[in-house]
Amino acid sequence: MYTTELQSAPGQKAGIPASAPEDPVKLAAFEARVAADEFIEPKDWMPEAYRRTLVRQISQHAHSEIVGMLPEGNWITRAPTLRRKAVLLAKVQDEGGHGLYLYSAAETLGASREEMIDALHSGRAKYSTIFNYPTLNWADIGAIGWLVDGAAIMNQVALQRTSYGPYARAMVRICKEESFHQRQGYELMLAMCNGTAEQKRMAQDALNRWWWPSLMMFGPRDDNSPNSAQSIRWRIKRETNDQLRQRFVDVTVPQAEYLGLTVPDPALKWNEARGHYDIGEIDWEEFYAVVRGEGMTSLERMKARRDAWDEGAWVRDAAQAHAEKRQRRAAA
Amino acid sequence: MNDNSSSNDKTGADWPLWEVFVRSKGGLAHRHAGSVHAADARMAIEAARDTYTRRMEGVSLWVVPSAAITASDPGEAAALFEPAADKVYRHPTFYAIPDAVKHM
Repeated sequence: MYTTELQSAPGQKAGIPASAPEDPVKLAAFEARVAADEFIEPKDWMPEAYRRTLVRQISQHAHSEIVGMLPEGNWITRAPTLRRKAVLLAKVQDEGGHGLYLYSAAETLGASREEMIDALHSGRAKYSTIFNYPTLNWADIGAIGWLVDGAAIMNQVALQRTSYGPYARAMVRICKEESFHQRQGYELMLAMCNGTAEQKRMAQDALNRWWWPSLMMFGPRDDNSPNSAQSIRWRIKRETNDQLRQRFVDVTVPQAEYLGLTVPDPALKWNEARGHYDIGEIDWEEFYAVVRGEGMTSLERMKARRDAWDEGAWVRDAAQAHAEKRQRRAAA
Repeated sequence: MNDNSSSNDKTGADWPLWEVFVRSKGGLAHRHAGSVHAADARMAIEAARDTYTRRMEGVSLWVVPSAAITASDPGEAAALFEPAADKVYRHPTFYAIPDAVKHM
C-alpha cells in the first residue's frame, strides 16, 4: 500500500518550509549528485528540506501500511474458506512488515520510532486517504487487492528509483511482495464474477465504492500539488501524480472489462489521439475532507490503533522484563 | 517503547535498534537486510525472522546492535578510496600476454 505526500489542505504551502540557507557549495554538490542519478545515503550531507520532506513522506507511507492492516483485518475472521483466510492473514502480515521497513528507513534520517508512532496516534500525522473507507462486503477484499494495491504498485515501482537509498531499497523489497497482493485480489474478483448473480453484484458494488477513492490515492492534480516540482527535482518522486494516475487507469480499465464489470465513470472514454483513457472529474472536496480526517472511518481507525498500542503495553513490558531477567542471569 | 499506558507517554526510550543480516543460502555471505527494534538479541532474531524472512529469504540471521557499527565518513571517501584509483597494475588486464599463451 502507499501514500502520496499529503498536505493538510489544498494549496497549503507548508510542505517545504523555508529554513536557514544551506551552504551553497555543499548544496550544489548535492544537486549534482542527485541529477546524476546517484543515491543519497544516511551519512551523506543533504539539505534540511530534503531530509524533512523524506521524513514526512516515508513516515506517512509507513503509517499507511500500518493503518492499511485494519480494513482488511476486519475480514480475517469472516473469510469464506481456509485458503482465503490464510492468504488474507499473509497479506495483512506483509502490510505490517512494509510499515516496519519504512519506519526503519525514516529512522536513518534521524526520526525516532516513538515520535512517529506518537504523531500517528495523536492525529498529527497523515496517512493514505484510502484507508478511511469501510470494507462492507467480502468483494471489498478483492477490490482492495486489485485496485488499492494496484495503485500502490504504480507509485512504488517508480519509487524504487527514488534518490534516497534506504527508501529505494525498502521499495524494492515491498514491490516484490505487493505483486502477490494484487494478484490475489484480482483472483478473488474473478471468482466472484464467475459465481452467482448475487456474488457478481457484490463485486460490482465493491468496484463502485473503491474506484474513485483508488484514483484519489495518487494525490492532488499536478497543478495543485505544490511540492511536486521540488520533489521531482530532488528525485524523491520520479513521476507526477497525474502521470501515475493515468497509467493506473490505462492498465486497470481493461482488467475491469475482463471481469465483466462496469467502471463507475460515465465520462470514461478511450482517447485515440492521446493514446490514453479520459476520465471524469475526481471529487476533490471528498478527497480533502478525508485528508482533514473527516473520512467515514477516520475516528474508528485511530481508535483501533491507539487501543492496539495501549492493550499491547503489557506485552512490551513483559518482553522488557524478560530481557532484563536474562541479562541478569547471564551476568550472574 | 517502554511506556506502559497511552501513546502520549513519551519516554524517549525506544528499544535498541539492531541491524539484520541474512544469509540467503549456504555458501553465501550474510547480507544487510534492514533493522529492527528489540529488547535483546534473542527478541531481535525473532523479530528479524518475522520481518525479513517471510518468504524463505534466509537460512541464517545475524543481528548486531546498530550502535556497535563504525562506519567510514562519506566526507573522507576520496581520501580513503582514491589511492586505489591509480593502481591499474593491480588488475590482470594491465598485462599484455600473447594470444598464443593459453590459460592465463
